[in-house]
Amino acid sequence: MNQIFIAPFVENENLRLALLASMLVAITCAIAGTFVVLRGLAFVGDALSHGVLPGIAAALIFGVSGIIGAAVGAGVMMGGVNLVTRRYKLSSDTAIGLLFVGMLALGVLITSSSSKFPEDLDHILFGESFAVKSSDLVWQGFALLVVGAIGVIARRPFLLMSVDDGLAQTSGFNVTFFQNLMMAMIGLTVIASFQTVGTLLVLGMLIAPAATGVLFARRIPSMMLIASVIGCVASYSGLLISFHFELAASASIVLVAVSIFAIGAVATEIRRNRNLRHDELPHQHEHTHAH
Amino acid sequence: MHTDTISTSKLSIGFGRHTVVANIEFTTSPGALVVLIGTNGSGKSTLLKTLAGMLKPISGSVKILDGDPGKSPRRVAYLPQHPISSHTLPLRARDVVAMGRFANLGLFNRESEEDKRILNTSLERTGSIEFAEKPLRDLSSGQQQRTHLAQVLARQAEILLLDEPTAGLDINGRKLVAELIASERARGVTVVMATHELQDAENANTVMLLAQRVVSIGPPEVALRDEFLRECFGFTQPH
Repeated sequence: MNQIFIAPFVENENLRLALLASMLVAITCAIAGTFVVLRGLAFVGDALSHGVLPGIAAALIFGVSGIIGAAVGAGVMMGGVNLVTRRYKLSSDTAIGLLFVGMLALGVLITSSSSKFPEDLDHILFGESFAVKSSDLVWQGFALLVVGAIGVIARRPFLLMSVDDGLAQTSGFNVTFFQNLMMAMIGLTVIASFQTVGTLLVLGMLIAPAATGVLFARRIPSMMLIASVIGCVASYSGLLISFHFELAASASIVLVAVSIFAIGAVATEIRRNRNLRHDELPHQHEHTHAH
Repeated sequence: MHTDTISTSKLSIGFGRHTVVANIEFTTSPGALVVLIGTNGSGKSTLLKTLAGMLKPISGSVKILDGDPGKSPRRVAYLPQHPISSHTLPLRARDVVAMGRFANLGLFNRESEEDKRILNTSLERTGSIEFAEKPLRDLSSGQQQRTHLAQVLARQAEILLLDEPTAGLDINGRKLVAELIASERARGVTVVMATHELQDAENANTVMLLAQRVVSIGPPEVALRDEFLRECFGFTQPH
């Protein structure tokens, strides 16, 4: 058992670093993902995760850090969405859709312009878990601290906005500011996660554990805790599957996270049906006696 | 002494450049109840949102507690119409009511014993205490509405802006809302309420009939005359 479940992480430094990085990403995604799910921002998360692509690709061409490129890409994406929404009075999902496909197309154009890109593009889209370095962990830990601090400080306006923007505004919170802060938090999460799980699959870590949390939690902090635990379990199991069966690491992690959601959803459904049957039993009992 | 809690002058409200209702003129004093009645799209919610500071007036002036709308979040509470998104959130009824204290707590203050006392009193007054620990999504629509009413009471505000507070409530629930409004008025709170129900206007100081314009305004016996009701709804009350 030890050989299957523990030894790979003890004996293989790359796998150990990948596990640490994945867990940092999982907890960061759990915090940001909770608000993404509560506020219904999955499409924004999807768009942001694709919007960073041209930034990272351009950074690789100019020999700059991919993180800086991703930050610029996320900034352009968020600024563009704000501009289109306000200036042209289009709905936010239309603005997000426009920027999303525009940035994705630009990213593909940049990457197709160089012969060295096919491999890099693969790494950008699907991550490179086993290439994580110690210095990456420092950056990911810093991102987790910032995202956690935003989540704690802005928890009240974020919660009010999840119910109704008007409630937040009439409680004295500047909705525009806190909406932008939430977007920045999601952007930072995407930037901090792309190396480990890739820009395509980061959405899975943002959504799946938090969505599972919604199924079982009665309070927001419990939802975050459940999402964090599920994210960490998915990281460990996904890496283990990837190691033993020589499968792509990030895809394995995300697939485990989505599978946990599916199991959770089925379990919730079974529990609900059982409760319904239990509620109906006394009536059946009365019915039998009446006859 | 100047005691107007709300005063408007030639107020035009709407979205962007689109005017929904023009020339609204009314004032309220502490303890007053103003009831806004009209069909869907008549301008009731738009007026409440303007008073709450969520929409800017298109023209004219509006003063809330001698200041601009939205500048006194601790003193003005707003109950939105059907806050449906909250029904899917993992929140207990108690947590939803606790959100009513956020305007006072801001970002950093911790919940005090006084906040907890206000929270429990609000739950008790609305009859929500019995399901306070249950998730909001497991409650009936009437129980959810009671929870949101408790949240508004927890604000301890001087002005309550209520958008259809009786929606989804049975006859007991409606009676409870009427009692709560009466007790809030007794402690000097001004209440502005939007509704579809003519019965809700019984105890109002001022009734405003809206149909994308002010059809009538005044005490119930004046504002709800047959000719105004016919103009607003196309029918009159059975006598």
